[in-house]
Amino acid sequence: MASIEAPARPRSSSAVKRAFERYPFLPALIILVVLIALNGWFQPRSLSLAGMTGLIKTYLALMLLAVAQTYVIYAGDIDLSAGAIVSLVNVVIVGVMAQWGGDGATIVAALAIGLATGLACGIVNGIVVAALRLQAIVATFATSIFFTGLALYIQPVAGTPAPTAFWRTYGGRILEIPFVFYVAVLFAILLVVLVRTRLSLRLLAVGDGQQEAYQSGLPVTAIRMGGYALCGVFAALAAFCITGDTASGDPLVGGKMTLFSIAAVVLGGSALAGGYGTVVGSVIGALIIGFINSLVFFVGTPSEWQNLVQGVAILLALMAGVLVGRRARA
Amino acid sequence: MSAVTAFIRQPLVVALILIAVLLWLGETLSPGFASGQQILRLLIVAALLGIVAAGQNLVILGGREGIDLSVGGVVSLSAIIAGNLMAGENGGIPLAILACIVTGAFFGLLNGIGVTLLRIPPLVMTLGMLGVLQGLLVVVRQGIPSGRAAPALADFVSRTFLFGLPGILWLWVVIGLVMAFLLNRTVFGHRIYAIGSNEQAAFMAGVPVKAIRIALFVLSGVFAAIAGICLLGYSGSSFANVGEQYMLASIIAVVFGGTPLSGGKGGYTGTMAGAFLLVILQSILTTVNIDESGRQMVFGATLLVLMLFYGRGRSMRA
Repeated sequence: MASIEAPARPRSSSAVKRAFERYPFLPALIILVVLIALNGWFQPRSLSLAGMTGLIKTYLALMLLAVAQTYVIYAGDIDLSAGAIVSLVNVVIVGVMAQWGGDGATIVAALAIGLATGLACGIVNGIVVAALRLQAIVATFATSIFFTGLALYIQPVAGTPAPTAFWRTYGGRILEIPFVFYVAVLFAILLVVLVRTRLSLRLLAVGDGQQEAYQSGLPVTAIRMGGYALCGVFAALAAFCITGDTASGDPLVGGKMTLFSIAAVVLGGSALAGGYGTVVGSVIGALIIGFINSLVFFVGTPSEWQNLVQGVAILLALMAGVLVGRRARA
Repeated sequence: MSAVTAFIRQPLVVALILIAVLLWLGETLSPGFASGQQILRLLIVAALLGIVAAGQNLVILGGREGIDLSVGGVVSLSAIIAGNLMAGENGGIPLAILACIVTGAFFGLLNGIGVTLLRIPPLVMTLGMLGVLQGLLVVVRQGIPSGRAAPALADFVSRTFLFGLPGILWLWVVIGLVMAFLLNRTVFGHRIYAIGSNEQAAFMAGVPVKAIRIALFVLSGVFAAIAGICLLGYSGSSFANVGEQYMLASIIAVVFGGTPLSGGKGGYTGTMAGAFLLVILQSILTTVNIDESGRQMVFGATLLVLMLFYGRGRSMRA
């Protein structure tokens, strides 16, 4: 894991502080371990292979979207359209698969088109925020309306089924191991590779100080656009997972995910102001949200109270993460 | 830059010009769009948004990435509380107003405490609070009726009250005047700009930064609660998540009014124009005969184009 650390900062004194500095996701990791233990306490079966498979299957999309959001937040930007991109890619790939029949070759082609769609959306966001210099929050909200409109145009109502071969693969097993675990491993490798790229470091540099980065000769506009492009690609990957999980197209499926993706990034210890953070933290943040949701269910909260308890738990986790992270770093 | 271009580039002037253009466009597309009666109807809808945006405006002016994502939740909750307390009876109005304002102030206070004393970034704090409010709405809606507006409240919002204008517009005018007075003529207002443009300097000058920022969040909650009561009067009964649409719309109204999200400059007069501008745009799109999908695409694209008229970020070279 040595490669997935944030750039170290000086003025550390104790070993604990140094550890928190190098791994800003440590508070989140502690919260996650506690949550996993509580899940196991209240429902031992939730920690079985089947339970874990189910959780990963459901929350892989949020993990990917949290990572997508992280690259934008690295540079001090934000993407309120991430969920809308998920919806758009979802209806695009389901639409293409339905159009061309559902065999292996067309599924691959559909996924390629989906990736291109996500990339295109990311570039659009990059243009309006970085090149046209509009304020990220309102500009990406505007593009989210546009992307949602496009998704509604492609598929006005939810319900078009994804081909059987697609969701059977996603929910199935290869060599006795659930398919989603292969996806998770590929995802981890992808993240390690990306951490080693120049773009990750440059995004953090821009987030740390835009003017300074510019004056040191970094192409700030291009880097921020790169962040949004990467965000679009990961949002497309998130859409693949959600399509495998829900087995259908829904033009509004991703809308609710945007705010959760931001919460996951903050839970993971990244700074919203940019310049500081890790993608591993965001994955942990997404898992925390997943485990909070399942725990609330396992302790037997009445159904009408579940949303409130989840909301309070996520708020407390957000506050704890920000407080512990700051105390440790300061 | 000549005096004329400087005048035209003022955000308020930009908003007013865009309002005129959009009204003309609406009248061309569908005759009768800009009739007195229609404009009055649009103003009522704009007043609802404008009241929420007043609180949003204050929080944003206070700077340090100030933003309140929980306003939509407070609007919904307030509408439900008001609807149940008055249950269609005029006698319940005072209690309903009191309860809603206390509720709004309470959630604003929590936001303010989280942002100042615990130093949680406003976006995170209010996002978390939004999750709590949405959960609370599910609980509150269980087993209680959706609630009905008192007749007097409904009349206040949609019937003529004084000089041909409904009460809600008078309320909006009063809020506009109070906000203008507060921001330009009081110590409190000057301190808002001070902490918004340079918190450190304001602190050094003896401004109670934390108390003011908490007050801004409390006011934001209170304005959202008032908007919730008015929304109940407008729609007659409270239904699921009526307030959700106000979360980002209120932020856009503030931006269209010329208050940048970085805070420290701008004012509420522009925001009022921004709210009206946003409502006219939405209304034009509903009059034009296109699909929901096309409407959203045009709406999103138009918002982007309109944003280009306002402050763009500064160039790196400058």
